[in-house]
Amino acid sequence: MSTRRDFIKIAATGLGGLALGAGSVAWFRGTSRWAETAAKAAAGFQGRFPTYCEICFWSCAGWTYTDEEGRITRITGNAGDPHCNGRLCPRGTGGVGAYYDEDRLRTPLIRKEINGKQEFVPAGWDEALDLVAERLKEISRKHGPESIALFNHGSPGDHFGHLLKAMGSNNIAAPSFAQCRGPRDTGWYVTFGTGVGSPEPTDIRDTRCLVLIGSHIGENMHNGQVQEMADAIDRGATLITVDPRFSTAASKSRFWLPIKPSTDLALLMAWIHVLIYEELYNRDYVERYTYGFDLLKEHVRNMTPEWAYGITTLQPALIRETARQMADAAPSVIVHPGRHVTWYGDDTQRTRAIAILNALLGSWGSRGGFYFAESVQVPDYPHPEYPTPAWSWQDLQREKYPLAGLAVSNVLVEASLKETEESRRIRAWIVAGTNLPLTIPLKKTLQQAMQDVEFMVVVDTMPMEITGYADVVLPECTYLERYDTLRSLAHREPNIALRMPAAEPMYDSKPSWWMAKQLGERLGLGSYFNYKDYTDVLEWQLQQLGTSLEEMKKTGVKKFPRTSGPLYFQKGENYTFNTNTGKIELYATELAATGYDPMPVYTPHEEPPPGYYRLIYGRAPMHTFSRTANNPNLTDLMDQNDVWVNPRVARLWGLENGQYVHLKNPEGIVSSFPIRVRITERIRWDSVYMVHGFGHSWKKLSRAYGKGANDTELMSKVTIDPVMGGTGMRGNFVTFVTEEPVAKEVES
Amino acid sequence: MRYAMAIDTKKCVGCSDCVVACQTENNVPIGYCRDWVTESVTGTYPLVEIEIRSERCNHCDNAPCVRCCPTGASHIVEGGVVMVTHNKCIGCGACIQSCPYDARYSHPEGYVDKCTFCHHRLVEGGRPACVEVCPTRCMYFGDLDQPQSEVSQILARRKWKVLAPEAGTRPQVYFLV
Ligand code: SF4
Ligand code: SF4
Ligand code: SF4
Repeated sequence: MSTRRDFIKIAATGLGGLALGAGSVAWFRGTSRWAETAAKAAAGFQGRFPTYCEICFWSCAGWTYTDEEGRITRITGNAGDPHCNGRLCPRGTGGVGAYYDEDRLRTPLIRKEINGKQEFVPAGWDEALDLVAERLKEISRKHGPESIALFNHGSPGDHFGHLLKAMGSNNIAAPSFAQCRGPRDTGWYVTFGTGVGSPEPTDIRDTRCLVLIGSHIGENMHNGQVQEMADAIDRGATLITVDPRFSTAASKSRFWLPIKPSTDLALLMAWIHVLIYEELYNRDYVERYTYGFDLLKEHVRNMTPEWAYGITTLQPALIRETARQMADAAPSVIVHPGRHVTWYGDDTQRTRAIAILNALLGSWGSRGGFYFAESVQVPDYPHPEYPTPAWSWQDLQREKYPLAGLAVSNVLVEASLKETEESRRIRAWIVAGTNLPLTIPLKKTLQQAMQDVEFMVVVDTMPMEITGYADVVLPECTYLERYDTLRSLAHREPNIALRMPAAEPMYDSKPSWWMAKQLGERLGLGSYFNYKDYTDVLEWQLQQLGTSLEEMKKTGVKKFPRTSGPLYFQKGENYTFNTNTGKIELYATELAATGYDPMPVYTPHEEPPPGYYRLIYGRAPMHTFSRTANNPNLTDLMDQNDVWVNPRVARLWGLENGQYVHLKNPEGIVSSFPIRVRITERIRWDSVYMVHGFGHSWKKLSRAYGKGANDTELMSKVTIDPVMGGTGMRGNFVTFVTEEPVAKEVES
Repeated sequence: MRYAMAIDTKKCVGCSDCVVACQTENNVPIGYCRDWVTESVTGTYPLVEIEIRSERCNHCDNAPCVRCCPTGASHIVEGGVVMVTHNKCIGCGACIQSCPYDARYSHPEGYVDKCTFCHHRLVEGGRPACVEVCPTRCMYFGDLDQPQSEVSQILARRKWKVLAPEAGTRPQVYFLV
């Protein structure tokens, strides 16, 4: 059968032309407007609009400034925001580029067959929305609303999530779980009875020792954490970084442990061994709060630093010394749970070991360890009860991944395949704000699922690869041009932030709340969208919280007093954890009951075949993966990724700095584009490193197209975490192809 | 008054926020910059060190760029800030040649441009945009003539260096090491 959905490769009519003139020159001119905007803002003039950043999940609150012609000029942090303290990161500062990007989606697009060829035809909103509503209605009538799934990231998910639930489906997945932080939240959950939470409640501000396991704060610009890490450096806190790469964080650390990749769990177990057998653990804390200490002690008896040395290549003395450093600082110590932790498929167990370490050190609930974060409960704008879905992701996962607390995106993808049992099959996708082809590494399954679903609508601001698979593309305006849900993110102080538009939406783009409402009304769900404008919702919610839209427009952020008690455990406080035993479970009864190792066991992972190197990927401070890869301001700072190669390896291959090579994996996949070689002592000889999010194959992304390599396409081997379904991506290897490979047709 | 900047290389993570903030603050065209980030790596794996520096015009006390400017467009204002008057500048580029730090660039509109320490903000009582935005708060700014200023304080407390001291330019951007 020929594919129902051809990947549409080039812009059809209506997408050409530049709105703002040449892309490479500044988009606004004249003298600096700082003084006048500041003066106007002080006078209450609306040249300054509150927002919160959409470029990463940290959601820093800021101000968007406009000039006298109403054009957006710059964005700065909101000094009253505890998440950013008035300072955005480079991506947030460069957020103006998201607005001015001339490659933005401009109008709704509908897939049509013209002369036997599928094309996107620009459409009006009524036509596009009518079509989406009609198709969703039809699929819902035939197969139930549960057959419609939402994949989302960021704010648009709030609005489309509401729509989906109103329709009667709860099949909503964010790749940020199974492709990113799911294992650590699961590992934490079975230990402490709660996930880590986001943003992480790490009390770096007051810590005496910060331990990073492959987590590269400073290259991941999770704002508050970077700020607090810098403060910690100032205060002379001890930093310990475990990474096969000399990361920026490693360069700031007192101890860098250049571990052999994939062996972190052995190091963690050896640290646990040292803490227990040298009696360095926090005895009071362990006695009061934990369960299973004796079992753990027995379990790690032979997991000595000497044992770990043979696995990790780290000197036993260094392992002992760093364990003692942690114990010295305890309980003001943080063994950071990390964020992107889907590495080797045993990631829940690795995070478990991190959780156990923190428990032994007594850092959970201690000053300088982890604080108890609190968020504001924003009341739901009144709407009828959501219908109860006949089935949902829970039913799909119950057998396989009983401990996954959120929907596993890849499970929903698999449930979209034709061979899925009829009654549990997903038939339509709404994809909002997530570029699945560069996110979910199961390429074949994903491609097949995208063919098998009967209908797909994609909501995005940019023509990301995923839009090429859509039946209908709905152009969302950027966060600088719209209202959104109130931000309510946990912190030391509960707080909310407002996002309001600083300019009218460019082109024919629209906010997600508007699209969801329009679709809701067309689907006969108007009662769920019982307001004229989103400001009605915000006004109502803010009134309930004792403030108003007017006040929030002036302050952007509002803090509330804590109601959940102190930030830390009080001396001698007893506490019942949300686990089977009511204790922190060093021995996880929940894992034992579901047939998994109740205590972590190190298992070796596959090694690179001769001539191949482990593919390690990570982040650059100026980009958020594909999301920013085309942003003119941010590509100006970094427009491609490099492959980091150790000089020894470079010599072996005769590589030179700046040379372009293709990468190839043992399965024969060659990167679609060449990548520039960076020869550096900062990477081990058994690995190569690149920043994720580059190598776009979508020509409509004019700045990102063909720049660098896409690590996701080189991930032929994905190791699924048996506990929660996460996709382990660090078990892939690559070698260098120095000759130009045979040209091939590039698709996403 | 003598404005100066001190940047803590121990805290800087090289994120380049200072670069973007300067670009949006000062309408620096995309593709150009007034400040930039360098990283130097020394040593052999695993005994490696990195120094990351956010660099810009050093507002030199002894500024060759001002001395060589034929039109007087490059000049020094109160506080030692080296400025370029755009409409006086003929774009000859003599200053670009004379600067040992490559701190100047030719603006596509025909004049030479560079860091001004955000002079327009200083006169309003503000601080440079890069200093204000830096997420690691690794940049210190103020008046060296005032012993209480944060820049005087930090320079008194910490070890520092300047770039290419041998050039005799007496740079006023200090790097804490
Ligand atoms: S950390 Fe940076 S990208 Fe993330 S929300 Fe804050 S400013 Fe935006
Ligand atoms: S903003 Fe600060 S941390 Fe980032 S590169 Fe500039 S000086 Fe360094
Ligand atoms: S750094 Fe260069 S441009 Fe700046 S004052 Fe010194 S010589 Fe002149």
